[in-house]
Amino acid sequence: MPNVTKQDLIQEIAKSTGLIRNDIKLVIEQFLSLVGEKLIENKTIELRGFGTFVCKGRKARPARNPRTGEPVFLEERFVPTFKFSSEIKDKINFTDILQAEKTLTQEEVLNSIH
Amino acid sequence: MAINNSNVTKKDIVEDIALRTGLTQVDTKVIIESFLSSVVKAMSEGNNIEIRGFGRFKIKERKARKARNPKTGEDVIVKAGIKPVFEASRELKKFLNESSIEEIFSESIESKNEQA
Repeated sequence: MPNVTKQDLIQEIAKSTGLIRNDIKLVIEQFLSLVGEKLIENKTIELRGFGTFVCKGRKARPARNPRTGEPVFLEERFVPTFKFSSEIKDKINFTDILQAEKTLTQEEVLNSIH
Repeated sequence: MAINNSNVTKKDIVEDIALRTGLTQVDTKVIIESFLSSVVKAMSEGNNIEIRGFGRFKIKERKARKARNPKTGEDVIVKAGIKPVFEASRELKKFLNESSIEEIFSESIESKNEQA
């Protein structure tokens, strides 16, 4: 599966907005660090139509190193979580269905020719 | 009320970024919105997005499975599909925990000072 990096995204934003690449990079980097900072303050970041970042606490529990089987104790900790909005979930799911249908029809076309 | 106070919206973020970068709020908003829609677009094309030091937006395929309607107990077939997931980077996880430990420490020091 191809991987998209921050650099690729910046390039695409520059194309679509016509803004200076340096400014875009600055904004994106500030955005990413702001998300971290807000999460530390135990704040929820809600981006309508995209999703929500929440910092969740995890209780301390005994665990095991899966490789060695050695018991380890996990301390109480915070985990950043992100939940996609249902709009986005639908959108990503839907585009895949469309693609699947397209390949099917291509096969059907080939079958009908032979 | 507490919920409202702890909720940060896109508008708040745009204001903060504009202040820090010295760019206008309009430009900042355009960039952020374009960023979010680029992420969605890349994912709907079947790509994973990796942002170093922050995390990964990944696409996971889900197989079709049988499930049950918890209310009626009826069997339902869940269709196969694609699910987007976010995986936070090790750095981000570490960042959250280090500073929260520091906060706890500074709080306990402050309370000790108050007692003294």
